[in-house]
Amino acid sequence: MKILVGIKRVVDYNVRIRVKSDGSGIDTDGVKMSINPFDEIALEEALRIREAGNAEEVIVVSLGGNECQQQLRTGLAMGADRAIQIDTDEPLQPLAIAGAFLKIVEKEQPGLVILGKQAIDGDNSQTGQMLAALWDRPQATFASELVLNGETATVTREVDAGLETIEVDLPAVITVDLRLNVPRFVKLPDIMKAKRKPLDVIALSDLGVTTDNQLKTNSYAPPPVRQKGIMVEDAAQLVAELKTRGLV
Amino acid sequence: MSRTLIIAEHDGQTLNPSTWKCATCATAIGNEVDVVVLGSGIASIASDAATISGVNKVIAIDADHLKNPLAVNDAAEVVAIADNYSHILGPSTTFGRDLMPYIAAKLGVNQVTDISEVEGPYQFKRPIYAGNAIIDVSAPDNLTLVATVRVASWKAAGSDGSSEVENRDASAAASSHTRFVGVKSGGGERPDLQTAAKVVSGGRALGSKENFELVYSLADVMGAGAGASRAAVDAGYCPNEMQVGQTGKIISPDLYMAFGISGAIQHITGIKDAGTIVAVNKDGEAPIFEIADIGLVGDLFTVIPELKALLA
Repeated sequence: MKILVGIKRVVDYNVRIRVKSDGSGIDTDGVKMSINPFDEIALEEALRIREAGNAEEVIVVSLGGNECQQQLRTGLAMGADRAIQIDTDEPLQPLAIAGAFLKIVEKEQPGLVILGKQAIDGDNSQTGQMLAALWDRPQATFASELVLNGETATVTREVDAGLETIEVDLPAVITVDLRLNVPRFVKLPDIMKAKRKPLDVIALSDLGVTTDNQLKTNSYAPPPVRQKGIMVEDAAQLVAELKTRGLV
Repeated sequence: MSRTLIIAEHDGQTLNPSTWKCATCATAIGNEVDVVVLGSGIASIASDAATISGVNKVIAIDADHLKNPLAVNDAAEVVAIADNYSHILGPSTTFGRDLMPYIAAKLGVNQVTDISEVEGPYQFKRPIYAGNAIIDVSAPDNLTLVATVRVASWKAAGSDGSSEVENRDASAAASSHTRFVGVKSGGGERPDLQTAAKVVSGGRALGSKENFELVYSLADVMGAGAGASRAAVDAGYCPNEMQVGQTGKIISPDLYMAFGISGAIQHITGIKDAGTIVAVNKDGEAPIFEIADIGLVGDLFTVIPELKALLA
C-alpha cells in the first residue's frame, strides 16, 4: 500500500504574524516558514504505518512554487520515500487543492491519504473533506488514533462530545488532530540523504483542474485588542468585583 | 432564489445551541430561513427547531442510517435539497467542520469557514491565523454559498417561533464504506463548554489529575463548565475535550476564570470573545494578565478554596 501525505508550507507556528499596515495581506517577508504542524503529524503517522510493515511507500505532496520544495525536502528527511510538487504560483483554495490531489490520487492509487485537519494559516479545515467528497471515498476527520485492519481502518476522532470511533473501508482520507502522535526530529544525516530522494515537479496546468469559483479576500485587519483590566488583592475583592458586574 | 438552509446539530436527544446561533447569522444574511434536522427518532428535536425565532420551516428527515452523524450520509440528504437554497449554513463545531466542506465539494464551491460577521449576503468577515487576523471575504453571488458559522461570535436566536415541521423520507441509502462504532464522553454532568455562560479553567499549575478536582469543585459551586489549557491536557490532568484554545474549543462565555494558566497565544485565541476574563496566577508577569479584565496574583491552591467558601 502507498500512503499519500499532504504538506503545506506555512508561517512557522512560533511566529507572531502581523497584518500589513495597508490591509493588503499578512507580512511574510523574512518570516520563518515550516511544514504545517498538523501535516507533520500526518507524515509521522504515515511513516509509523510503513515502519510497522503496513505500507510500502510514503509520498509527500505539496502545491506551490519552488519554495515549497524546502518543506518537501524536510518531509523526505523525516523519512518519506519521494515527493511531488504540484507547481503553481496561484494562491489556491481548498476545492482546487482537493481537485489537484484527486489527480495525484488517481495516478498513484494510494490506500490512504493522510492530511492535517487544517492549516494554521487559513484555518479552513476543508481540503481533506473535499477530497473525500470528490473521490467518493470515506473520510475520518480529526483523528487521534488510527488502527489498520487489512481492508478497513478504525479511527478515533476528537469531536466536541468526546471521542468518536468510526470504521472506514480503504482507500480513505484521514485528517489528523494534535494528539495522534509526536513527530520525530530530523537528523542531519537524513537531511543529506533526502537530497538524493526523488522530487517530481508537475505543473498544475497539466492536471486539468479548474481553479474557478474562488472566494475573494477584500482586505485584512488585525483583530480587536482586549485591554488590560484591573488587579485585585485577594479572593474577597475578586468576588466583590464579580458581584458588582453581576457575574455571580 | 434567496433562501437559507441551516443544518441542525443534535445528539439524538436535544438540539445543540449552535443551531440557534446559526439562526442569528442566517437572520443577518437576510433570507427566508429553513432548518433541516437529520437523524432517527427526531420528532421532539424537530419541534424544538420549530421554536427558533425567524425560522420559516423545519424539514425533518428521519431514517435509521441517519442516527449518528456521518458526513457521507448527511451530505447526501442536504445535496438532494440544495437546489432550493442560495445559502447553506452549519456550525463551526466538529459536526459542522466535518460535514460542510463535504457538501461544498459536492456542490462544486469553496466554503466560507467561520463567519464571524455578515457584511452582505455574499460578503463576510472571518478570522484566519487562529484569530490573529480578520479577513473580509466575498463569495460568488451566482453560486450556492456554503459556510460554517463561528458559534463563539453569535448570540443564540430566541425561541418564540412556531414554524411548521415537514417530514420527509431520506433520499439516499446508508453509505456502505463508513460505519459508526461509538462515542465516548470523558466529561460529567457539567454544562457544555461551548455553550456555558460561565467557565472555570485550570492549567499546568494544577500539577496533577487529583488536584484538578479543585477546578471541578469550583465549577460545580458556580454552575460553570470546566475547561483546561493544552498544557494541562497534554500532561494528562484532564480529558482532551476540556481543552480551550486554538486547537481545542473556541468559546465565548460571559465569565471565564483561568487558574494557573499562563496565557499562551494558543490559549488566548480560544477565549478572546469571552465577556469577562478573570486570571489567577502565582506569576505576576504571566501574559494572561495583559488581557484579563480582573487579575489576581496568588496561589490557586489557597484562592480556589476561598472562592468556594465565598460563593457557596
